[in-house]
Amino acid sequence: MEIPENVKKRLSIPADEHFYAGHTACQGCGASLGLRYVLKTYGKKTIFTIPACCSTIIAGAWPYSTLDAPLFHTAFETTGAVMSGIEAALKVKGYKVKGEDGVMVVGWAGDGGTADIGLQALSGFLERGHDALYIMYDNEAYMNTGIQRSGSTPYGAWTTNTPGGKKHFLEKRHKKKVIDIVIAHEIPYAATASVAYPEDFIRKLKKARDTPGPSFIQLFSPCPTGWRSPTDKSIELARLAVQTAYFPLFEYENGKYKINMPSPKKEPKPIEEFLKYQGRFKYMTKEDIEILQQWVNHEWEKLKKLAEIFG
Amino acid sequence: MEYKPVRKVVSGNYAAAYAVKHARVEVVAAYPITPQTSIIEKIAEFIANGEIDNIQYVPVESEHSAMAASIGASATGARAFTATSAQGLALMHEMLHWAAGARLPIVMVDVNRAMAPPWSVWDDQTDSLSQRDTGWMQFYAENNQEVYDGVLMAFKIAETVNLPAMVIESAFILSHTYDVVEMIPQELVDEFLPPRKPLYTLTDFDNPISVGALGTPNDYYEFRYKLAKAMEDAKKVIHEVGKEFGERFGRDYSQMIELYRTEDADFVFMGMGSLMGTVKQAVDVLREEGYKVGAAKVRWFRPFPSEELYELAKDVQAIAVLDRNFSFGQEGILFNEAKGVLYNTDAKPLMKNYIVGLGGRDFTVNDVRKIAENMKAIIDKGELDVEVDWYHLKR
Repeated sequence: MEIPENVKKRLSIPADEHFYAGHTACQGCGASLGLRYVLKTYGKKTIFTIPACCSTIIAGAWPYSTLDAPLFHTAFETTGAVMSGIEAALKVKGYKVKGEDGVMVVGWAGDGGTADIGLQALSGFLERGHDALYIMYDNEAYMNTGIQRSGSTPYGAWTTNTPGGKKHFLEKRHKKKVIDIVIAHEIPYAATASVAYPEDFIRKLKKARDTPGPSFIQLFSPCPTGWRSPTDKSIELARLAVQTAYFPLFEYENGKYKINMPSPKKEPKPIEEFLKYQGRFKYMTKEDIEILQQWVNHEWEKLKKLAEIFG
Repeated sequence: MEYKPVRKVVSGNYAAAYAVKHARVEVVAAYPITPQTSIIEKIAEFIANGEIDNIQYVPVESEHSAMAASIGASATGARAFTATSAQGLALMHEMLHWAAGARLPIVMVDVNRAMAPPWSVWDDQTDSLSQRDTGWMQFYAENNQEVYDGVLMAFKIAETVNLPAMVIESAFILSHTYDVVEMIPQELVDEFLPPRKPLYTLTDFDNPISVGALGTPNDYYEFRYKLAKAMEDAKKVIHEVGKEFGERFGRDYSQMIELYRTEDADFVFMGMGSLMGTVKQAVDVLREEGYKVGAAKVRWFRPFPSEELYELAKDVQAIAVLDRNFSFGQEGILFNEAKGVLYNTDAKPLMKNYIVGLGGRDFTVNDVRKIAENMKAIIDKGELDVEVDWYHLKR
């Protein structure tokens, strides 16, 4: 259905679609939604680099493609490096890179390909200052390979290589703070976002596009298959992750922190709210939940202080 | 324009850097590793001095990323170059498959260096030969001139068949040793090597393509066949480009195996790279001494010059294959390949494998003489003593 121009102008989310129907994501997949928003925001003049991850499949097997934009599928650990090469070639060929009328070079990688095997290439990309955007869609495990733990898997979560049993669950480490590692590179723009808050995500995508230099967005992206959660609860869970301050929304811009929570005055909800509906947390005891809550509180206080001091 | 070469005294690495400059390479992504480093340092110096302008230099954080960034650049349509050695090449291995599979004509110089442990920075061909099955073409340079010529030809061949190419030179023996190299004036290089016309680019936004997507069992097989076919077709292109190079600049590279005094030879020495310079000199000495010997220098190892090898093999009694490399559990890699090629032909010369010069062990004219004596004894007796001879072994 054609949307009338006057209505189009009032929409906060672009009406254009460059992510085709018929993709092969699971039901309730956050990543496919995220990819759709990226394409809506940037349109066709976007070059994607996608490493081995769920999106390799979502984007389609040869000769099909779900993306109405050029895409280079690459090896697991190389997102940052391949996008560096693409950006360098665009510059040498005289293309305008970034900005509303420029070409957007987008790396789109999962948490395994970013927090773990791809961290070195991400670091190199950030440090060299390429004009491109790296998006880590964070579903907190290696979902495409069968739900194995990644550095971004939270404390207490079941995965196939950190299973829960009668005695214990095996994931005893807290989630790796990839965004903090990114910020340590002192890049111009970094942010967290969530598929439950598309306006906020799109605003951040535009900011990443309009800020010269490397930018990074960590997008919270539910995975019903790996989280053992109902497919119709993905958005609710993504929202609860923000509302519990488990995954707070914030921006880091030229040395300044800004928290952008949907209800800034409300105190975060207890972490149990986020844990519900998710089979992956079923092995957690009361004490485990308390340990996770303490971590969330600590990180949240830290972020608030950073925003207060460097706001 | 009449061809008047510019003679410069340069190392093998600087010869490579000059070739990169003259080839008007657009993106160089590289990581330092001994003894490759002075290639990328020289290129950086050219850029800093304004001697090359239309170029992006990406100082990456690893060799794996050097190849990945070269792949990104090449897929976007740029002429891309990188260089490496030994452990660095091993680290790149995964991405070498990616470059060939995506049909990207990246050119890379590998400075042959022995693999650790034990640590070694000296010459050995096992690093590049370990990349045999990645879909890269491989050119082995005998001297600094061939490094320079090889890089220019490699771009032209690679961009014609849409496969990546490796130009290989010896650690220190070439990389850091100075020699006269005849360089070609820029205008004439431009005529020989026009700007790249990519098979595809990522910048066609109206007709977006997706490269490297999942290939199901229904399609993967045909992708492999096309790669195999491109490698086979490359033989003709190598011949044509090598011939054209000879016509334009006086150095003919139309043959994938360079034959030296083989016409009436009883037996020949076969090998690759810088050690063949020593062998050619030895052939002259041995001819004086009454040996009817020749040298066969394998220039291109991939694609493998099977037809040329057959032509050579049917006219000689024996071939001594000199391998500065080894495939553990089997034999020298060139020996292994050469024997395999001749099995289904009626050419059956005696073939013996000499493992020589590993990890930079000296290989001299006198060594070639000892090998000649041994070969003569074998031919007289009509049978091999051993098939694989670790020639330098301290016993």
